[in-house]
Amino acid sequence: MVLSSREIQKKIESTKKTKQITNAMHMVAASKLGKSEISNSSFIPYAEKIEEMVRHIVLSYGDHNHPILIPRRVKKVAYLVMTSDRGLAGPFNAHVLRKVENLINERHRHKNEYTIIAIGRIGKEYFKNRDMPLLRSVTGLPDRPYFSDLEDLTYDTVQFFVDGEFDQLELVYNYFYSAISQEVVVKKILPLITEEAVEELRHEMHSPFLFEPSEEQILKTLLPQYAESLIYGAFLESKASENASRMNAMRNATDNADKMISDLRLQYNRARQSQITQELAEIVGGANAQQG
Amino acid sequence: MDKQQLAVEVVTPDGQIVNDMFDMVVVQAEQGEIGILPNHTPMISPVVISTARLKKDNESMKVAIGGGFIEVDDNHVTILVQSAETPKKIDVERARKAKERALRRIKQRRDNVDFRRAELALKRAINRLDLVGEE
Repeated sequence: MVLSSREIQKKIESTKKTKQITNAMHMVAASKLGKSEISNSSFIPYAEKIEEMVRHIVLSYGDHNHPILIPRRVKKVAYLVMTSDRGLAGPFNAHVLRKVENLINERHRHKNEYTIIAIGRIGKEYFKNRDMPLLRSVTGLPDRPYFSDLEDLTYDTVQFFVDGEFDQLELVYNYFYSAISQEVVVKKILPLITEEAVEELRHEMHSPFLFEPSEEQILKTLLPQYAESLIYGAFLESKASENASRMNAMRNATDNADKMISDLRLQYNRARQSQITQELAEIVGGANAQQG
Repeated sequence: MDKQQLAVEVVTPDGQIVNDMFDMVVVQAEQGEIGILPNHTPMISPVVISTARLKKDNESMKVAIGGGFIEVDDNHVTILVQSAETPKKIDVERARKAKERALRRIKQRRDNVDFRRAELALKRAINRLDLVGEE
């Protein structure tokens, strides 16, 4: 279809407006990504320390029969799926959801063999629409999350496992490698270790620490908190990935808008030129006719 | 002569809240209060939702802490907790709301997980309000 120069000009204007929006969204996402990176780096000292404590205690404690540590017969698997509340984040949500769907189709025949815990509105609605079992969900989490924002979910999730609601917990989320690279990972976090790992630990050193009141008592509180910290850590990764993915999607959109504008401008110039040529031809034609 | 001191760190998932030298640390462990002075034996112990007191000279710094652990190793004290706030950082309004919400949930008593969680939330809220002398 050949558009008139006026129509093309309108299109250029509207594309420019779209570009302004995607450009703004790109900048917002970039600044949020910066904040996510601060959250991540604030969390690292805690994560390292709690892991070190777990090692110390698990090492020195001979009898590893805490329910969080020991694998049991798996009758039900829980998938904790991390998505965003809003779209326009490139492949961020689609990749996670596809991964979960594939995992479930591969592994389970019946709905009572698995359950889902969803973070983010997109995931929640996806599973609801497909009538898949949804144990719990949380939406509306802030862009700069604090531990307290996720505390209820992490606490409940670990307690559900301890109470036997499910026998294995896997996290499915976007791992943040860098601002340009995020990848969906599936990470089994409960039970915390496998039989082989326990055996391996038994042969290691003896811890120099005094445990008050006892290793067993400490494990009872330490292990759930450790598991909760793993979930929180994954959520921070997912949040950073979301912001990075949105940032890239919006940058691509802005670049596309630029390209579109330059194509349209070319079209506009052509249309204008042909209009001028035509008008000239008409004038020349008219003048010739009068002389004739 | 330098006097012996403790290097104290309070670490939460949201970052480091305190990192300074102190003469003495007093925290609430599950079985009661523990005071830690320099040259304490290496130790790991759970701490409960309470106020930790960090003492230097004649001053005492108070920190509202959530549940977690204390580790003492070679005059390094690490308090590893899920939340920690100095009095200035406590949001009284938020703590009050959290307290009301927790009380409501305890009354409803939907299920055990919810009940335990509400109980913890209530403890944390009361602890924060106590530290700043509010109700």
